[in-house]
Amino acid sequence: MEEQLASVSFQVPDMTPALPEIFVLTMACVILVVDLFLTDRNRVITYLMSLATLLGAAILTFSLHTGETVLSFDGSFISDSMADVLKFFIYLVCAAVFIYARQYLIDRQLFKGEFYVLGLFGVLGMMVMVSAHSLLTIYLGLELLALCLYAMVALQRDSGIASEAAMKYFVLGALASGLLLYGMSILYGITGSLDIGDIGAYLAAPGSSDNLALMFAVAFVIVGLAFKLGAVPFHMWIPDVYHGASTPVTLYIGSAPKLAAFALVMRLLVEGMEGLHVHWQDMLIVLAVLSMAAGNVIAIAQGNLKRMLAYSTIAHVGYLLLGILTGVTTGYAASMFYVIVYAIMTLGGFGMIILLSRAGFEAENLEDFKGLNERSPWFAAMMAILMFSMAGVPPFLGFWAKFAVLEAVVRADMVWLAVVAVLFAIIGAYYYLRIIKLMYFDKAEETTPLTSGTDMKLVMSVNGLAVLALGIYPSALLALCAGAMATFGG
Amino acid sequence: MIALSEFLILGALLFCLSVAGIFINRKNVIILLMAIELMLLSVNMNFIAFSHYLGDVSGQVFVFFILTVAAAEAAIGLAILVVLFRNRRTINVNNLDSLKG
Repeated sequence: MEEQLASVSFQVPDMTPALPEIFVLTMACVILVVDLFLTDRNRVITYLMSLATLLGAAILTFSLHTGETVLSFDGSFISDSMADVLKFFIYLVCAAVFIYARQYLIDRQLFKGEFYVLGLFGVLGMMVMVSAHSLLTIYLGLELLALCLYAMVALQRDSGIASEAAMKYFVLGALASGLLLYGMSILYGITGSLDIGDIGAYLAAPGSSDNLALMFAVAFVIVGLAFKLGAVPFHMWIPDVYHGASTPVTLYIGSAPKLAAFALVMRLLVEGMEGLHVHWQDMLIVLAVLSMAAGNVIAIAQGNLKRMLAYSTIAHVGYLLLGILTGVTTGYAASMFYVIVYAIMTLGGFGMIILLSRAGFEAENLEDFKGLNERSPWFAAMMAILMFSMAGVPPFLGFWAKFAVLEAVVRADMVWLAVVAVLFAIIGAYYYLRIIKLMYFDKAEETTPLTSGTDMKLVMSVNGLAVLALGIYPSALLALCAGAMATFGG
Repeated sequence: MIALSEFLILGALLFCLSVAGIFINRKNVIILLMAIELMLLSVNMNFIAFSHYLGDVSGQVFVFFILTVAAAEAAIGLAILVVLFRNRRTINVNNLDSLKG
């Protein structure tokens, strides 16, 4: 009792590790208010302020980065190398999303402050997820992100499919949160703590893992995580949401939240439940194999590019899980590399759909890419780079990502799993290469030139070239991930 | 004195009821929203029971946060429901099938 009373006495926590979060929160609120006083003509101020917020947060994260692990807020907030690196890529990816989205939103009368404010609050949710170190902060970050995403899907108010997608996303997302919470409640009951470090210490003790209720908790947590990641058999929402939402929102949902979801898996499974690795490894193997199989096979049958990329996402989640399930640091680093590469490639893939679209026309069917080489050889080349990279063809970036996770799996003596992964990657290559065939060898049905703004074209080119350049010289990014993981959980 | 296991059984029953409500219900989206609320409440039951028997307040603090988030979630869910009804003139779950493939 005395101990309880002592812990009641209030101590002001060290706020410095959370400065980037506080900055993004403040700026999001400021933008929300400023946007009220803007007319549609100078809405561009909201856009520029959002970009400035991301830039400021990046500078703060960079200047606070020490490479050391710092705990704050009574152990519920952590700042370590993994968090800093992932946050940096979250800012980068979201800034690119905002830039890609601008012209598309203007053309469809969707260029409102809500998109940017919700986007920034979503960024805040992702940052909290990445830096969470207790079940409570994990849950709060997750919900802050999820609530923003539900609203963003429904942003296109007059579209029937967007509102249907939002409803499906909402129901399944809430179900996933409920399952995850139920697992967390049992975990709390067994370990007696919400703190990830305490849970990890409890479960690392020998003999503590032989508990049926604990298996129950692990199963619920993994189902919840699989829903959020979109691993088969919990992937039902991904194709519908990607298809139904307007393309900039799909771009947002498909890219940065996956970085945060990866951090979520690392915090919960690796940092919290490493003692139960033998138990969750089998579950992750099943999820990974099913995701790679279903994602790659079903994607072949899709005529809608957004749906095809949705199934490709599911397949990529399968590969992402391969690295985590090995249970060793090199495997985690490989998965981290994979998820960053995935975010960059997805950004480019959906960015191309936005680039080819214009007012009243959505370039979301495969036929819309026919003969792109005649219309714009430069962007056809960019798309070809992205598709080769997603298929895992050397020397592009996607090859190194697949190579890293496969190497980790082989090192963990699971050669059969690596063989399965390669087989499905070969099946997957078919639908990526089909797009390249459409662009270069088919006659164009559309002849209108591309009408996007210069900023969009510039960032799109940088995006495509980055996939090529980082593919030729991948060691810097690989070293960054390995360095971040070396101090993880320490 | 009621045993911990009885609270947990109640929580599990409520949880199963809410999952069944989400998957069996084919008629009305509002019932889905109610099932989601029930699911969060069953988790709260677990947290409070554990918190009491462990003599640790952090579980109860978690419950306050879950209640708050549940309120925000219900607000967004109902807002999406209104948008859906405006576009479709129906909230029947069976009619939400235009996205396929």
